[in-house]
Amino acid sequence: MATKVFMEALSPTMEEGKVVSWEKQEGDEVKAGDILAEVETDKAVMELQARGDGVLRKVFANEGTTVEVGKLVAIIAGPDEDIQELLAEAGNGKKGEGTAKAERVAGFEAAVAEPPAAAPLPAALSPLLRPRAEGRIKASPLARRIAAERGIDLTVVRGSGPAGRIIQRDVEAAEPAARPAEVFPEEGYEDVQLSQMRKVIAKRLVESLSPVPHFFLTTEIDMERCADARAALNALDEEPRISFNDIIVKVVAAALRQHRDCNAWWQGDHIRYFNEVHLGMAVAIDEGLITPVIRHAHRKSLREIAGEARELAERARARKLQPQEYTGATFSVSNLGMLDIDQFTAVINPPEAGILAIGSIIEKPVVLDGEVVVRKHMRVTMSCDHRVIDGATGARFLQTVRRMLENPLAIVW
Amino acid sequence: MPTITYRDALNQALREEMERDPNVFLMGEEVGVYQGAYKVSRGLLERFGEQRVVDTPIAELGFAGVGVGAAMAGLRPIIEFMTWNFALLAIDGVVNSAAKMLYMSGGQIPIPIVFRGPGGAALQLAAQHSQAFESWFAHVPGLKVVAPATPYDAKGLLKSAIRDDNPVVFLEGEMLYNAKGDVPTEDYTIPLGQADVKRAGSDVTIIAHSKTVAVAAKAAERLEAEYDLSAEIVDLRTIRPLDTAAVVESVQKTNRCVIVEEGWPFCGVGAQVAFEIQRDAFDDLDAPVLRVTGADVPMPYNKQLERAAKPSPEGVIDAVKKVAYLD
Amino acid sequence: MAQPATYSELDAERADFYRHLLRQMVLIRRFEERAGEAYAQGRIGGFCHLYIGQEAVAVGAIAALEDEDYIFASYREHGHALVRGASARGVMAELFGKATGCAGGKGGSMHLFDVSKGFLGGHAIVGGHLPLAAGAAFATKYRGTNQVTICFFGEAAVNIGAFHETLNMAALWKLPVIFLCENNRYGMGTALERAAAVWDIAHRACSYDMASETADGMDVLAMYETTARAVARARHEGLPTLIEARTYRYMGHSMADPIHGHYRTKEELEEQKERDPIESFKARLMEDGLLDGETLGRIEADVIQEVEDSLKFSDESPDPDLEELYSDVYRD
Repeated sequence: MATKVFMEALSPTMEEGKVVSWEKQEGDEVKAGDILAEVETDKAVMELQARGDGVLRKVFANEGTTVEVGKLVAIIAGPDEDIQELLAEAGNGKKGEGTAKAERVAGFEAAVAEPPAAAPLPAALSPLLRPRAEGRIKASPLARRIAAERGIDLTVVRGSGPAGRIIQRDVEAAEPAARPAEVFPEEGYEDVQLSQMRKVIAKRLVESLSPVPHFFLTTEIDMERCADARAALNALDEEPRISFNDIIVKVVAAALRQHRDCNAWWQGDHIRYFNEVHLGMAVAIDEGLITPVIRHAHRKSLREIAGEARELAERARARKLQPQEYTGATFSVSNLGMLDIDQFTAVINPPEAGILAIGSIIEKPVVLDGEVVVRKHMRVTMSCDHRVIDGATGARFLQTVRRMLENPLAIVW
Repeated sequence: MPTITYRDALNQALREEMERDPNVFLMGEEVGVYQGAYKVSRGLLERFGEQRVVDTPIAELGFAGVGVGAAMAGLRPIIEFMTWNFALLAIDGVVNSAAKMLYMSGGQIPIPIVFRGPGGAALQLAAQHSQAFESWFAHVPGLKVVAPATPYDAKGLLKSAIRDDNPVVFLEGEMLYNAKGDVPTEDYTIPLGQADVKRAGSDVTIIAHSKTVAVAAKAAERLEAEYDLSAEIVDLRTIRPLDTAAVVESVQKTNRCVIVEEGWPFCGVGAQVAFEIQRDAFDDLDAPVLRVTGADVPMPYNKQLERAAKPSPEGVIDAVKKVAYLD
Repeated sequence: MAQPATYSELDAERADFYRHLLRQMVLIRRFEERAGEAYAQGRIGGFCHLYIGQEAVAVGAIAALEDEDYIFASYREHGHALVRGASARGVMAELFGKATGCAGGKGGSMHLFDVSKGFLGGHAIVGGHLPLAAGAAFATKYRGTNQVTICFFGEAAVNIGAFHETLNMAALWKLPVIFLCENNRYGMGTALERAAAVWDIAHRACSYDMASETADGMDVLAMYETTARAVARARHEGLPTLIEARTYRYMGHSMADPIHGHYRTKEELEEQKERDPIESFKARLMEDGLLDGETLGRIEADVIQEVEDSLKFSDESPDPDLEELYSDVYRD
């Protein structure tokens, strides 16, 4: 009696599993309970057990391949048993899928949460927020090749050919605006392939919290020493004057250097972690909001940041920014403190994974060393893209930001 | 360098090769006394005599087979079909015998033969006399297929075809016999299987052979003048073996390609060339390869209909505009 | 209908020659029997047309040729190739599709070739090789080599355009070629009478003012004599001949076809076997004291050994290398 080996749901939320390794090979004798394979689920690497005795006659899923739950991955049968029918069934591929699911062992079904039906993306969703992999981009082979060579993102190129086909002239015209080589950091980054867990987190969060899988972390920071430091610096009477915002930018940049896992882009099928910090700085303008970028912010002195921030903000208000000056940030800050907002949450600017919302600095009574004193306090809220940043990751980053602001000398530590 | 006609270039090739090798002989309808239906063999009977310039009855299957048998026994026949339309009667000899003999004899019997004659439409000859058979013969392994566009190529290629140890289907353009061009007096050959860039250009490749090279040339001039487009014309010259390298090299330069041929579109030469391009130059293409072919109908008699059925410079220009995204 | 020429008197001085003819017929018979078996066992594939019953035609006719003469045959040509001197090993191995076959395993039963013996093929399109034979004759005349070309074909081929085109040109151009029609009475399953308006095939030559003869195709000496006359005409006068050999095949059209049934009766088959070319020739030789039991036994044993050896050789021979798939499509 042949036993079909399915990709089992080894976690409640598992929809697919990756075969890490086969512990038994084709032709090996197996007993019920033997470990057949190691399977990476969304949570962990689990063991796939044999549910029948016999010989592992056929393996359908090679190591490294990802298989949907309920699909046939192997056949256990007697050494001479005829398994042609089973092979044919497996050969039918997708057609057999339903059958395979229906035949799942009793008790197994109950343990599996019914996977949520794939929710259609909201119609109003900005194209930029759509998952990159969605749909095929129509582009001529040549246009694709040029785009690949020059690092042009075809999703932002407008095609002028038939039915919107992107052709050579389109990618060549798109080059100045869409060329990351000029706009985006070149100093180096690391593309990390998504683990099974990361993929599931990404998928789940998009499904449940669409369109953007935000979560928020808020902390309150004592700005007393920051205020002292700022006053001391400005007492030097040199231009440019230093604002709290400048100090925050400097600190966030320094903190991001320590927390690369927050200095990252969500790239659909992988995450790009940046070594350099390019900090976006939300600036309110008449038409709305724009986020000029302070490049290599972590390398710049407070004075340089102050000068650059002012200059960028002025030009932003005059609407004189070039595209490369407001794209390519690896993280952003948004400050509404000057508008007397105590606390707010900001919306992430994809593909960035986080944004820090800065509230007003207010004097409030706090207990310090057992005494009630009045201190300058500021609340900051970090919006995180859960596909990239987990709670603890964001929290540790915020902790660093807070520690630095509460002890400004840490910036130079 | 003397300027002579395509017809005389072929005549020179025949004459020179017959002088060169006594095993070469010419056989076909009206090749001798009548001096050739299209006068390609003019003067050869007088020079070489009846043994080597053989008039045949109207029996294409018969004399094509006689040619193959003579080749089996060591001669180097040139079989002239008055037109390729009549060669359909001989296709068993060409395909089943000539093309396969070397293979099915396990390499024992080569067939050094040339089947030649005019192909393609002339003027108002209607359905049975107006067809281009390149793709029919190019389909067959064991055959080589040649279709020259100029007097220079015609002479050099025919000489190579006669010297080749394989059966060669040599399609002359019926409308090209009076075309003139420079042909050197000294002996030369053009290797089979080499395309020729007839016009250099940078924006689009137009692939043509035989009569359609002239069509492409007219189109190229107008594209330059009216649309500022620089067209490169690649003349295949030999259909099989196909010079894929030359085609790909040009397409890699221009990123766009239009193929022009006189034959019908379905399974035509251009279909094969387009396949080779997408295989070897896929990432170089900025537009799908387009084809300009004869209309997919038997050739009509009416002059206007006939004109509409043939590939024209206008058709080529339209196709080029499409691949250049100009329309 | 014309009466076929027969050969009635044996010449004792030619006993060795007669015994040679007998041996060749027996060789074909045994070879074909064993080939039929091998086909049934799946060791030979494709189409396989056996020559059993017709042996006297090839043996008698080819005996009249010189070594340098050319032979063209149809797809029922195992016997012709053997008689011409292609080795039993080479022919059997070709049927087996082996690398050691006389066409390297690429031709098969229907495309046997041995250029070294002037055996220019096995051709499998009915009538398609007639023009080729005329072409070879054209070439010999062109070169003045005095060679003769003979072309074997079945009676069904005489209704094909190539037959008429070729005979016309051969006569017109005075080519040294012999068209030998093996009239075994059936084109596959269609009797000659149901396919041809004129049943006397030799009469077809009248249209082309060509010499013609009808011979008893079950009589090896009649075939030899008739062919010899045609060879002389070709070699010395440079003229073609059409010979009709009246013969009979014992087997089905091919191994895949019934031996009898709708198109002919078992009784007819048995009746024809009474004229068996081998048995009747044996009997005549014995009658005239030119063959004894011991010699016959030796011939039989010798032939069987040759055929068995060819089978063993073929079984043991390798298949062609896969690289051979693409060789010989073009000559470099």
